[in-house]
Amino acid sequence: MSAHVSSIPSNSTDPTEPTGSPGTAHAAGAPVPPRRRRPHTPLNPRPSVPLTLLVGLVLVYTLLPLAWLVINATKDQKGLLDSFGLWFGKDFNLWDNISRTLTYDDGVFVRWLLNTLLYVAVGAGGATVLAVLGGYALATYEFPGRRAVFAVVIGAVAVPGTALAVPTFLMFSGMGLTNTPWAVIIPSLISPFGLYLMWVFAAEAVPAELLEAARIDGSGELRTFFRIALPLLMPGTVTVLLFSMVATWNNYFLPLIMIKDPDWYPLTLGLNAWNAQAQTAGGEAVFDLIITGSLLTIVPIVAIFLLLQRYWQSGLAAGSVKE
Amino acid sequence: MTLLPTPAKAVSPPRPRARFHVRKQALAGWGFAGPFVAVFALVFLAPIGYALYLSLFRDRLIGGTSFVGLDNYTQALTDARFWEALTRVGLFLAVQVPIMLGIALLVALAIDSGRLYGKGFFRISIFLPYAVPAVVASLMWGFIYGTRFGLVGNINDTFGVSLPDPLSPSLVLASIGNIVTWEFVGYNMLIFYSALKIVPRSLYEAAAIDGAGEWRVVTSVKLPAIRGSLVIATIFSIIGSFQLFNEPSILQKLAPNAITSDFTPNLYTYSLSFSGQQHNYAATVAIVMGVITAIIAYAVQLRGMRKG
Repeated sequence: MSAHVSSIPSNSTDPTEPTGSPGTAHAAGAPVPPRRRRPHTPLNPRPSVPLTLLVGLVLVYTLLPLAWLVINATKDQKGLLDSFGLWFGKDFNLWDNISRTLTYDDGVFVRWLLNTLLYVAVGAGGATVLAVLGGYALATYEFPGRRAVFAVVIGAVAVPGTALAVPTFLMFSGMGLTNTPWAVIIPSLISPFGLYLMWVFAAEAVPAELLEAARIDGSGELRTFFRIALPLLMPGTVTVLLFSMVATWNNYFLPLIMIKDPDWYPLTLGLNAWNAQAQTAGGEAVFDLIITGSLLTIVPIVAIFLLLQRYWQSGLAAGSVKE
Repeated sequence: MTLLPTPAKAVSPPRPRARFHVRKQALAGWGFAGPFVAVFALVFLAPIGYALYLSLFRDRLIGGTSFVGLDNYTQALTDARFWEALTRVGLFLAVQVPIMLGIALLVALAIDSGRLYGKGFFRISIFLPYAVPAVVASLMWGFIYGTRFGLVGNINDTFGVSLPDPLSPSLVLASIGNIVTWEFVGYNMLIFYSALKIVPRSLYEAAAIDGAGEWRVVTSVKLPAIRGSLVIATIFSIIGSFQLFNEPSILQKLAPNAITSDFTPNLYTYSLSFSGQQHNYAATVAIVMGVITAIIAYAVQLRGMRKG
């Protein structure tokens, strides 16, 4: 499943958030005002304990499996079987598990990690470049076929992606692309959602007057794009990049049909293969490695999401769905 | 599709003072949009065309490939395995999507109400599973469901009970529903939350002056205001349900008896194509599935947008 519509508001425009961060006060050279509690009004109501507890249940549901994963990544095979799942076992084996995950089967996990990085760098990077250029074109230029491009691309969002998989596989197979990185990278280059988001973002962030002024000054279209438009498009670009990265990093179906050679597997297929091996009679049961490998797979992407929060939240705010 | 809004600037006619030459505009526009359009044609349009072409032929052991007209479509529409898979995802859709969207909406309203302690933490934490790959989510939950070293097994051992096996044939669909809900509840919550954020606050003030209680504000002001987001989230959830593949495909290794090779329409297409080598028929099933999905998504959109 990969539904792609999102719109996340920025923190900074939240009227109920405490304002007057120390940074802005110091920058203005003004003395820091004493913190006052604003009175509770219908627009700024008193926090409620029962409601917090209720939503807390959803929070527990969300975080519990992740906690299970972290806890069980510290156990060896035996600890997995004879200790309670939501508490630590007798021994702390996390570092040992990590080093065994990275070296198992001649370090095949590292190979999968590098493959994933390649697919993300070229696939998600390329998808972002194409979406930014295309979105900018749709927002800025009146060119023949502009409406048709938009209608077709938005219509394509509704086409089940997996419905395309079989014919794409047969086509790529005929072109000799299957079982090569290209088979994963080329389909990753298109993000209809990214194009839509960049179009809306460019229409709001790049004033036509600015581009006109640049033209009058004799700036070429490419130069205008790189010098004037691109910096204004940055928040939207980061957003599209981030969501393309997640989609590529987490991709399973596309590599599953395209790649047969384990040397070209991304992490997701690799973990799946380890699981298949562990479930097969006679296969080595590497459950500890699957669990540790799963943890290693999600840590980078979760970290990027948390670190870049401010950028992507402001980028998505512009693309939010309006009535 | 008229689903998505059109930025005001893009629809307005070119301003008279913009003396930017028409031909130059066309050139620049296609120059920037060209790369996207070219790759899009290769990975979206060409496969659709190729699938349509494939669906008109049949590959026989004797006689090779021959043109069969719409025979494949007749076969698909009377294929019991296909209909069983379609019914299964229909049931999944009818139960899982309302639960997931309901929880997402409640959380979004709670965060938006300003009545939560630590709402920023709630927002980002509940969203986190979106960043977890379907493979990891399915393996993790699959292990938790397990009786060997999963939580279900732990509970059985600790309390001396025997909970029903979540990976048994009768429960596996619900267990998959739980995984999908876990993965996407935060994502939908953010869609609703961001739509709530752009509702003008003055509406709430006016409602408060009129003496409307908090719940009344929710039903009379907030929900109508985010109708568009509700419809879009519903449509994307419908598309996602009909495409259900990753989670059952991964869990199949853990529950081989419960998840058959035709568990969902997509698994059926996949096994037809890659185990059965029936490419022509697989393409036909994929097209039928795509058409059904598009019709239902379109109907929901029409119905959702009509009122209001």
